[in-house]
Amino acid sequence: MNRSILTDMLGDEYDIMEAENGVEAVSLLQKYGNSISLLLLDIVMPEMDGFGVLTLMNKHRWIQDIPVIMISAENASVHVERAYEMGVTDFISRPFDALILHRRVVNTILLYAKQKRLIDLVADQIYEKEQQSSLMVDILSHIVEFRNGESGQHVLHIRTLTELLLKYLGNKDSRYQLSRSEIAMICTASALHDIGKIAIPGEILNKPGRLTDEEFATMKTHTLIGAAMLEALPVHQEEPLIKKAYEICRWHHERYDGRGYPDGLKGDEIPISAQIVALADVYDALTSERVYKKAFSHEKAVSMILDGQCGQFNPLLMESLKEIEPTLQEEMKGDTDSKANQRQLQNVAEELLRHEDLSASERTLQLLEHERMKYSFFADMSEEIQFEYTAAPSMVTLSPFGAKKLGMEEILMDPHHNEKVLEMFGPDDLCAISGALRSTSPEHPIVKYDHEICINGEKRWMRTIARAMWSADEPPRYMGAIGKTTDIHDERVQMDALVQMASHDPLTGLFNHNYAKQRIQERIESRVGGRFALAIIDLDYFKSANDNYGHMFGDHVLIHMAEQLRKSIRGGDIAARVGGDEFLLFLEYKDEPDMAIKRIFHSLIGKYGDFQISVSMGVVCTETSGTDYETLFHAADQALYAVKRAGRGQYRFYDNTMQEMLSVISPIDGSEKETEQRGE
Amino acid sequence: MTLKECYAELEGDYEGVLARLRSERMVQKFVLKFLNDKSYELLVTSLETGNNDEAFRAAHTIKGVCQNLSFTKLYESSSQLTECLRSGTGPEADALVRQVEEDYKKTVAAIQALQTEL
Repeated sequence: MNRSILTDMLGDEYDIMEAENGVEAVSLLQKYGNSISLLLLDIVMPEMDGFGVLTLMNKHRWIQDIPVIMISAENASVHVERAYEMGVTDFISRPFDALILHRRVVNTILLYAKQKRLIDLVADQIYEKEQQSSLMVDILSHIVEFRNGESGQHVLHIRTLTELLLKYLGNKDSRYQLSRSEIAMICTASALHDIGKIAIPGEILNKPGRLTDEEFATMKTHTLIGAAMLEALPVHQEEPLIKKAYEICRWHHERYDGRGYPDGLKGDEIPISAQIVALADVYDALTSERVYKKAFSHEKAVSMILDGQCGQFNPLLMESLKEIEPTLQEEMKGDTDSKANQRQLQNVAEELLRHEDLSASERTLQLLEHERMKYSFFADMSEEIQFEYTAAPSMVTLSPFGAKKLGMEEILMDPHHNEKVLEMFGPDDLCAISGALRSTSPEHPIVKYDHEICINGEKRWMRTIARAMWSADEPPRYMGAIGKTTDIHDERVQMDALVQMASHDPLTGLFNHNYAKQRIQERIESRVGGRFALAIIDLDYFKSANDNYGHMFGDHVLIHMAEQLRKSIRGGDIAARVGGDEFLLFLEYKDEPDMAIKRIFHSLIGKYGDFQISVSMGVVCTETSGTDYETLFHAADQALYAVKRAGRGQYRFYDNTMQEMLSVISPIDGSEKETEQRGE
Repeated sequence: MTLKECYAELEGDYEGVLARLRSERMVQKFVLKFLNDKSYELLVTSLETGNNDEAFRAAHTIKGVCQNLSFTKLYESSSQLTECLRSGTGPEADALVRQVEEDYKKTVAAIQALQTEL
């Protein structure tokens, strides 16, 4: 009711979303992010109170982009104070005045909108500027290198080494402690150290042998020429980058003892930027191949520098070099273009971060909105339970359809400890899914898992397919997952039924002939050298049971037989119905089969109702007839025929005299004509 | 019965609410809506089942609504009850609940009387 008064007061000017409690508010914030212009927040609410919401907003830094006006009947100054401390823009106490409320809302929104626009503007400009200036510097330094016949890696190497040395030196002596942006600037400027060489004739630059004194004097002028070029720039004279570049161009051949050129500066008269680039330049020159020299090894180059063979450097710099020496080679090797780009991007990113959290541009928001629309459309159409899980704060968002199907809220905080969730999924399945997701990798993030869940007291089979979300960090962090759960219960039940139907005799529940055959072959293969007996059992005078007592009774006799057979075999043995009144047994024996067969034979005989059960059995052993199923079956069939000819009610093992016997197997649907034709 | 008379009946501050909400139409709309607000029922059932947190929030909501609508009498008793429930419960709770009940019924009766005449 209080919310609807507020809504009414603000009227039609705004799109207003209402949240019933803190949890809903957080989920709306999560969902709509910066497209929310203002949050009017109460303190006392069910589930999560206003301070809980503020805590989360601070944790995720939403508070910096979304202004909050607190409205509450809690007027105690401790509440007001706490709210302001947690970053709310304004605190309005009840009862509220329509006009004042309206005015404050408008003011806050306008203020933030303006700030957001300014942030966007500044961010775009910084990004563009950074992009352009580093591009220009790259082009320029490449031109110089190209003329020098250098590899193009020189500038990159110098930049890396300069950066490393600067960082180390800063830790050694506070005099040299530079801010991140100063370090970045010196690194960029280092690329320009040799621009003066543009004015040096190519014959001197690329002369294979030693330079004459005169040529060397010309060569030396590249320092002054570079500096003069920068000094002559008509604009940007005051730019710090230009000043640094000037220092570096002019003095990167000075030495600490005053014996360098062009000015013979001494000690800390030489700017630290130039000192460092000088050292980096020497190191890279030593380790690279030039027209006039071969490349020295890393170790050799470092020891030459430390010995003072290339002139004196600042002792602190030498110490830094010694310290970074072990890892230096690795760092330089890794300094490919891509890494440089990466570093640059990182710098840009850091730069942007320093300018507070930036809101996404309008266009990005529109794109996001578009995607969101697409997603919710497909989610609604698909009739799947779709979900999104964020690890921090631990929270599951269900698609509207999914929430309805499961009878849950769309937002579930802390699902691992939510009783309803645990009841539905069972803790084991939940842990298994979550564990499987966490042990994926960014390359293979997909997990498939079949499990049962309990909906309205009924257990149903579901299939969950989910994709873990990994951050782009190194190493990647687990951010959560998205996925869908589909109901595969009917499918699965049907599948089970089909498998059952395809492999079993519907009347007796024994295997059917086809499936028994497959199982027997598997068993023979899995136990090479095993001794097996295959028996075909025929129910004598079954037709008379049907004729005298009816088909129903006949069926019962068959079921009774099947039960007797089941009882008389052990695990691993196989019983099947292979014809109208014929059964098959397949069993393993140890020493000789006669005892077992005899026992089974006698267990089958007896009375069922008024019907006297008598059986004929033909038996064959793998020991005598090999392991081919067709051969075995045929032989048992012939043995059975021999029994029938000899007057039924007995069992016999197959022997060679039976080779010409006929088959006794009758069709399972019991076509009587056929049975009669065979003289039963 | 006019809106003003209704406010007199339920011992509210008609001038105050009109000054804040700016229009009689708006005030009347929300006064009538008060009949549909379930906070009082929630308060009663929460007290019966001993759910103190829920009872506190319900009393707090009633207090807030009354404050917005300037139902002074019910505001005062519900405000006292809210403070009492905030710290758990106290010996005076029963008396306060009875007071709120009395004021609530009076308020509802006045609004219903207004409603029938519209």
